[in-house]
Amino acid sequence: MAKVLMKGNEAIAEAAIRSGCRHYFGYPITPQTEVAEYMAKKMPKVDGLCLQAESEIAAINMVLGAAASGVRAMTSSSSPGISLKSEGISYLAGSDVPCLILNVQRGGPGLGGIQPAQSDYYQATKANGHGDLHLLVFAPSSVQEMASLTGKAFAIGDKYRMPAMILADGALGQMMEPVDFSEIDNTVAAEKDWAACGHGDKRKRNIVNSLYIQPEVLEELVVERFKKYSIVEENEVLYEEYMTEDADIVLVSYGIASRICKSAVAAARAKGIKAGLLRPITLWPYPKKALNKLADTAKQFLVVELNMGQMVDDVKVSIECKKPVSFFGRTGGMLPDPADVLAQIEKLAK
Amino acid sequence: MMTKIFIAGFGGQGVLFSGKQIAKNGMNNGKEVTWLPCYGPESRGGTSYCSVIVADEEIGCPIISDPDILFAFNLPSFDKFESTVKSGGTMFIDSSLVTKKTARTDVTAYYVPATAMASDNGLTGGANVIMLGYFIKKTGMFDKEEFVSHLVDGIPASKAQLIENNKKAFELGYNYEM
Repeated sequence: MAKVLMKGNEAIAEAAIRSGCRHYFGYPITPQTEVAEYMAKKMPKVDGLCLQAESEIAAINMVLGAAASGVRAMTSSSSPGISLKSEGISYLAGSDVPCLILNVQRGGPGLGGIQPAQSDYYQATKANGHGDLHLLVFAPSSVQEMASLTGKAFAIGDKYRMPAMILADGALGQMMEPVDFSEIDNTVAAEKDWAACGHGDKRKRNIVNSLYIQPEVLEELVVERFKKYSIVEENEVLYEEYMTEDADIVLVSYGIASRICKSAVAAARAKGIKAGLLRPITLWPYPKKALNKLADTAKQFLVVELNMGQMVDDVKVSIECKKPVSFFGRTGGMLPDPADVLAQIEKLAK
Repeated sequence: MMTKIFIAGFGGQGVLFSGKQIAKNGMNNGKEVTWLPCYGPESRGGTSYCSVIVADEEIGCPIISDPDILFAFNLPSFDKFESTVKSGGTMFIDSSLVTKKTARTDVTAYYVPATAMASDNGLTGGANVIMLGYFIKKTGMFDKEEFVSHLVDGIPASKAQLIENNKKAFELGYNYEM
């Protein structure tokens, strides 16, 4: 199939429809509104539903209701809107209901700004809602990945009955690149025997619920869920390595920041500095093993993010503090230049 | 080979549209392309700009700080981005609205009174396409016929006048002698 030139936001919407999603619930917020716009145009043509809810909170609870019946459902928002969805996200995780949540991040905290940022890393990977829980968190770095990871997020989410988040940013949402949709994972979900989709008295009723009053019961459920999480950590980690084999300085960066780093690494190599890049594609599960292995050959690590250093501790833990880890970032909607990152690499190389 | 193009002007001058045309032609010629717009308040009036990269290899950073080619459709954009153009680079300047000349001697500057040409020919709003015509003539970056066909392929046949106007604007720019 020929490639099409599309915005990241549109590519996610198209990929979701191609992956069998027929239920989209949204609420407008810059810089992700094109998702809702695209869904509003396309969903009616495939007998799907695009509904603008009265609030972000309503939208995530509609996702919970729809996905509990077994269908592929999604919502999208940007940083402040994702905070509003936190309660619903926790309920989804506590009910083992798979769905897709898209966060096209903007600067924060508070209402913040509307320019690209990655300052919701902690929220996405550590505190996406109350309780003991994890989400699958995917961090695309191109419009093509916005599309292909959408298919993957639905497929892996269904496989483990987990909500999945795509953590993008304003630049990825707004930029256009060629996309090839033939690469999208459109694996049809296996029949969801747990779904509450009507039983017609032919089987025992299914209950989708996150309320367990008896602590013994709740503990057992959470412990079982964490056994599942450890299987996910074993099998579903995704990352990309760029020029890391002989790298002295390994940059660790994801999303749009990783592209700035890729340019900086290439420029450093041209100057004879052995730099490399490890780009986590899943932020949970995190590529701990790959980083730890690199810590045996690299001399130091440089984390680059569009925030104040939220991923630094994850790198330190992954490499068991075997090598020094430094940080460079911009925040509030500012983007560094490859030359800024190169200057940091050169400083470390001295 | 990588060409970085920065296009800047007022919201409403078709800055983003111009960038999309270049990106689309790059893609259809098998190149890697990125198109990164400004968004937010700018797109509703103030200054508007976009970054387009056309390359043979994978594109890392889609943000441009040192363009090979600058399109300046108004004076504030010219003032702000004149100094960013790479040495040996090229500027396409709408001289109807940019009343000064560049002081730089290490770049090639083309002055096209695109806005005046558009209004003189009943093509108000077509300054961007006039400039694209001149850009294709001077750079030869893409095939002329192909570029024109992509330019109008999104316009429904019911809007025949719009198709004609775009073609006319493109030819005006293409045949302009500075």
